[in-house]
This record gives sequence, C-alpha cells and structure tokens, in this order.
Amino acid sequence: MSRVRVLVGTKKGAFILSADGQRQDWKVSGPHFAGWEMFHLKGSPADPNRIYASQTSGWFGQQIQRSNDGGETWEQVGNDFQYEGGTTTHQWYDGTQHPWEFKRIWHLEPSLTDPDLVYAGAEDAAFFKSTDGGKTWAESPGLRQVKGRLWQPGAGGMGLHTILIDPKNPQRLFIAISAAGAFRSEDGGDTWAPINRGLKSRYEIPDPDADVGHCVHRIALHPSRPDTLFMQKHWNVLRSDNAGDFWQDVSGNLPSDFGFPIDVHAHEPETIYVIPIKSDSEHFPPDGNLRVYRSRTGGNEWEALTRGLPQEHCYVNVFRDAMAVDTLDECGIYFGTTGGQVYCSSDSGDSWRPIVRDLPAVYSVEVQTLR
Amino acid sequence: MRIHVVLPYHLRTLARIVGDGVDLDLAEPVTLGQTLAALEREHPALRGTFRDPQTLQRRAFIRYFACKEDLSHEPLDTPLPEAVVRGEEPLLVIGAMAGG
Repeated sequence: MSRVRVLVGTKKGAFILSADGQRQDWKVSGPHFAGWEMFHLKGSPADPNRIYASQTSGWFGQQIQRSNDGGETWEQVGNDFQYEGGTTTHQWYDGTQHPWEFKRIWHLEPSLTDPDLVYAGAEDAAFFKSTDGGKTWAESPGLRQVKGRLWQPGAGGMGLHTILIDPKNPQRLFIAISAAGAFRSEDGGDTWAPINRGLKSRYEIPDPDADVGHCVHRIALHPSRPDTLFMQKHWNVLRSDNAGDFWQDVSGNLPSDFGFPIDVHAHEPETIYVIPIKSDSEHFPPDGNLRVYRSRTGGNEWEALTRGLPQEHCYVNVFRDAMAVDTLDECGIYFGTTGGQVYCSSDSGDSWRPIVRDLPAVYSVEVQTLR
Repeated sequence: MRIHVVLPYHLRTLARIVGDGVDLDLAEPVTLGQTLAALEREHPALRGTFRDPQTLQRRAFIRYFACKEDLSHEPLDTPLPEAVVRGEEPLLVIGAMAGG
C-alpha cells in the first residue's frame, strides 16, 4: 500500500503529515524542534527514512538535524559552514562591497542515489556539500567566482534557495539565488556558469539583460525531461528547453506573473503549477482569492484551480519552497501558506482540502511517496 | 571548582540537558573564556550556538550575566565573580530580549 509523508517546515517548528494513498485521513506529528525556525526538510530519494532538516534561530544560529527513521527520532549533525577563500565580498544595499557572512541554510537537497551525499544552499548565497551525511560541510567556492562581487541581497536576503539534480546526469546541477539568478554546473558543483539569457528584469536591475543579478524565485524540472526548466521569477514565469541556455516568457493569461513557487506534475512533463501573488509590494493573492494556476501546455495557457480554496478575504503568501508533488498514480499537489494552512489536492489540482489549518507560517513543504 | 551554568530553554532541549543548566568542574583561576570552552567541550551540541566556533565572537542575541553584572562585553580572560567560582551563584547564558 502506498503512503505519503509530507514534511513541513514552519516558523516555529517542523510537522510531519502522513496518510495512505487515498490522502484523506491524515496523521499529524509535531511540532518537532518546537520554537525553532525550520527552513526546510527533505528526504533522501535513495533511503526515504533518511531525512535532513535545516533548523535555525536568530539567537542560536544554524543546526542541521538528521533522521534515520523517517522523522521518529533525530540527531544533530554538522553546523560548521565556512566560506572558502576568506574575505571575498558582494554588493551591499548601499553600493559598497560587503563580506560574505553565513546566516542560515535555506535548502537541503539529498543526492538521488547516495543517502550520505547532500547539498545545501546558504544565505549569504553559497553552495555547500556534505559526503558524510551532514556531519561535515565544504563550500564549492566556484559558484561565488561567477561575478559574485555583483550579487546583492534582495529584501528577503541573499539566499541560495533552489538546487536541482539532473537525474540523467547527476553531475549536472541547477541552482537559483535571490538576487543573483540561475546557474548550472556540469561537474557536481565545482564550477558554474550563469544561465540567465532571456530573463528580463526591467524593474529590478539597471541592465535588464545582465548575466547575473536577476531575482529568480524558483526553478523546477520534470525528471524525464531535465533539459526543460520552468522558472518563477520575481516577475514573469518562464521556461527553457535547453537546460537554461535561453529562457522565454510563458506567463500568458496569468492574473499576475509575480509569485514564488513553481512545480511540475509527476506524470505530465508539460503540466505546471504556480500560485500568483499580486505584486512585489503586496504579497497576497490577487483579489483575496487563493488560486493555483495550472498550465497543461507548458505555460502560456493557464486555468485557475479554486475548488476547496478560499475565494474571499484570503491574504496569505506561499513561499518558494512550499509547494511539492507526490508520485502516486493520481498526482497529489501540496502547498503551505504563511497563514499556517497546508492544502492537498489528490486529483492533480482539480480540488483541494486543507490537511491542517493553523500551523505557524509555513516555510517549506516536501512530500515523500512511500511504496 | 564546580561552576553552574544556566542555559536558555532552546539550548537545553537541543543538547538534551535536564534541569536548568549544567555543572562544570574547572581549575582556578576560572575565567569566562575557560568556562565557555568547557561548556562547548563537554556538550558539543552547543558548539556554535552561543558564539562563533572559529572567531569565538559572541552571537549577537546572546548575553552572559553573573551576580547582577553583564559580562557580555568583557574579554574572555575575565575572571568569573567569586560567588560563581564558589558555586553560590550561576553563570547565566541568556537569549537576549527581542521583539515588542
């Protein structure tokens, strides 16, 4: 019997939501690490009982927790994240150069095949790698050498928030940084190149076609077509059909092309989901209606999915890491809000229901399909 | 000498410490830095939580109090007050007030 396990990171702890394949009756476990900011939790595809979690606090700094039993128990692993190469700098808000300073881990991405290999995306933006299950971490400084002195934080900080592994070639990685852009590595993270051609950032940076500096909010891919990438940028939804070499706008008829998450249906590589947000000044859904938008054509043509979602007085946001899909036959879509709801659709988005309504603000949602 | 160090709730739960803190056996002269190093050595889960493990700089929202004095800005070779060294008063590691 298939099951799903939804890993939810919130502002005040982590929660694990479990159900069988029907996804109707849910067991809620948590809060784990109550009171701590849980930026992200993600399970190893190679060993689903191995889960990594980013636990952080403005008072007490960064911890990495690891579970080997599907989240029943946890052990603290390594929290020493040192930038290689000393005092390199990036652009600061006032135009001066500012040293890189470690603040937190935004995203953890376990290897597809090795439970002990895991990548981490940091704020200030950097790419870290552990080959011993999170006990020790080493930065891959090649990323910051890609015009890093020109990167600058957005209002939410300068975080490396997206890490994608090409399942056909695990040495090929894609990452995204706010506000530096998207980058690709062909050698497991040692060296990187920007992949931002075609992005237009007219209201964000002085040269809208620049190599770096774009505020990419999220990228996603379907495992069967890793050369096709989908992006939710600060403004614009885009796609690339050549692994990021060039991007084209597919915002089409969306009510707003601002937003944070984007994801791909588990079995339909051209079916994608976004959650439009009114604007960068007003981080809530247009008209107070919470709508997921689905395109079955890889973009441009979008339909609103509203059944079961609040259609009045809804002013939550959905963060970039807070949407995920399961791989059951009827694909499940999940997202969490800053209002503490986690919604599930067990019919590819046609209808929705809340699993929980009153958690702390949701930072991240990941789902494991267990068979 | 046996020094009692009181820790904030989140650090006690992180390090699975029962009670309000830990006791540390230290040789005289007992300094602030010696006590903090012993705390990290005997409870590795706390490494990096109240000060940077490389620079030893106190984290911004951590304070060290003892005998109604704020030792947060004192150098690490500052001797702890006699009452702390005698075990009559604790060294307090505090999560600073934040918010309104």
